[in-house]
Amino acid sequence: MSKQWKPKSSLGDKVFVVCNTIFLAAFVIITLYPVLNTVALSFNNGIDAVRGGIHLLPRVFTLQNYKTVLGQQNIITGAYISVARTVVGTILALAANALLAYVVSRKRFLFRSQLSLFWVITMYVSGGMIPTLILYRNLGLTGTFWVYVIPGMISVFNMLVLRTYMMGLPEGLEESAQIDGANDFTIFVRIISPLCKPVYATVALFVAVGQWNSWFDVMLYNRMNTKYTTLQYELMKLLSSVMQQGGSASSAGQGAAAAVTPVTVRAAATVVTMLPIICLYPFLQRYFVAGMTLGSVKE
Amino acid sequence: MKAKRISWKEIKRQKFLMICTACFVVYGIIFYYLPLAGWIMAFQNYKPKDGFLGSEFVGLEKFKFLFSDATFLQVIRNTLAMGILNLVATFVMAIVFAILLNEVRLVVGKKLVQTISYLPHFLSWIIVTGILHDALSSTGVVNELLTNWGILDGPVNFFANKSYFWPIVAFANVWKETGWNAIVYLAAITSIDPGLYEAVTIDGGGRWAKIRHITLPSIKPTIMILLIMNIGNVLNAGFEVQYLLGNGLVKSVSDTIDIYTLTWGISQNDYSLGTAAGIFKSVVAIVLIFAANKFAKRNGEQGMF
Repeated sequence: MSKQWKPKSSLGDKVFVVCNTIFLAAFVIITLYPVLNTVALSFNNGIDAVRGGIHLLPRVFTLQNYKTVLGQQNIITGAYISVARTVVGTILALAANALLAYVVSRKRFLFRSQLSLFWVITMYVSGGMIPTLILYRNLGLTGTFWVYVIPGMISVFNMLVLRTYMMGLPEGLEESAQIDGANDFTIFVRIISPLCKPVYATVALFVAVGQWNSWFDVMLYNRMNTKYTTLQYELMKLLSSVMQQGGSASSAGQGAAAAVTPVTVRAAATVVTMLPIICLYPFLQRYFVAGMTLGSVKE
Repeated sequence: MKAKRISWKEIKRQKFLMICTACFVVYGIIFYYLPLAGWIMAFQNYKPKDGFLGSEFVGLEKFKFLFSDATFLQVIRNTLAMGILNLVATFVMAIVFAILLNEVRLVVGKKLVQTISYLPHFLSWIIVTGILHDALSSTGVVNELLTNWGILDGPVNFFANKSYFWPIVAFANVWKETGWNAIVYLAAITSIDPGLYEAVTIDGGGRWAKIRHITLPSIKPTIMILLIMNIGNVLNAGFEVQYLLGNGLVKSVSDTIDIYTLTWGISQNDYSLGTAAGIFKSVVAIVLIFAANKFAKRNGEQGMF
């Protein structure tokens, strides 16, 4: 704000600035500390870590935890499945949501409002866990890779984000393309989609993060099928093995010589799992900030 | 809406849109509406081998069992308590964080804090509960600090004590979602007319006065809409955290409706009971959304529908 209105800040304002800085500093520390602590643990000798007191730096440095994690076949398979479901799931979901958003954003389309309503209802009413499971079982989706990417393709929230954006584009573009003889499919691919790149990026990001992080569907639909378990699910198994031992090193993994414990191995697996996200999200933030405001404020 | 003349020519012109619509409707019916037909299981003694048509109908027996089951009443209490606690805690923190961050004059600092604040949102609950477990373990940082400051005599096992469970879940939610939820409020604050703040300055008001009289009233509509949207989710609030952090010692306060559904429907193979519990949850959620919407409209706010 312009300075001339307050040449000298009052005492109250000074107190405010100090308190505010302390609050935000505490916020940043509380947010970052546990993450950095996990990184430190992942590089620390497992037996030594049992003593506690490791904060931001490892005390007895080792790469053994990572060797153990990356040497486990189920982690490697899990990583492969996680990447596959993220890539395939994101492409399918983006294509489907964009096409649906395109159809419901065509003002001249006859069944526009009916189709919108059909999907908005699904936001509020859903069958629930058990009927859904039985449906997937009957469709033969359980125990396959496709259960991760086919059922959840349409997200009404993402569709509404895309629709809002498409409706904001000038109508003249479509009209002039029509005069030139373009059909609806061509308009979607050649005219609308290139203009929607930023919002496509937003939706792709939302879907990709969701796919990468999900584990519950693995547990429900593919628990018996180790071929298709994901990285997050393998991490969950490590976590529950840690919790059952109450964090102690009573069973130090593959002998004391290995110097790894469930706690430090889990820390290493956690770092592996969050690494892609931590590396990517700061660069993508303008997309998701745009998406959040598009989805929530206008709709 | 003005009546449109639907000519064959127009329908032919919209061929592509029609085909897409047909595909999306078929897909929607299969994956979103067909599970609703599965609600019939709640009124049956469903056995997979007999199917929907062959299973014996038992009327409201499953619901009667639910509401006479002390465990079910307990999980309703837990779900509501944690849902409300999470809702209030995450809401208040997001608004406070957005307002305070907005007061930072240093652009670089503001940007940095905001970027850091999003980070936990992108981590899965597996990771969040894992690092929370580390922080609260007997050798973790929380026990260490509290012991060093003389608040505790020795390490406490936070996960074994029933009275800590709800606050831990609320904290986990606040930790994960504050920065993310604040995005919408920060956007709303940015659109406030700067002239309003200058007017307060002329009247001799400080920062507190600006927050109280300008910022908060300006973002009130946003707060209301998000509140309505989230009230319907109260019963969904938290399932993963409770599942991942719960253990035998705190079961009576940690189990939620979803966990109950999972236990009965999947571990015990009583699909009918699991479905009945799910129906109860859906119905309550819809009632809550409509009630919240009505309440907002009555109080002169813009509703959702």
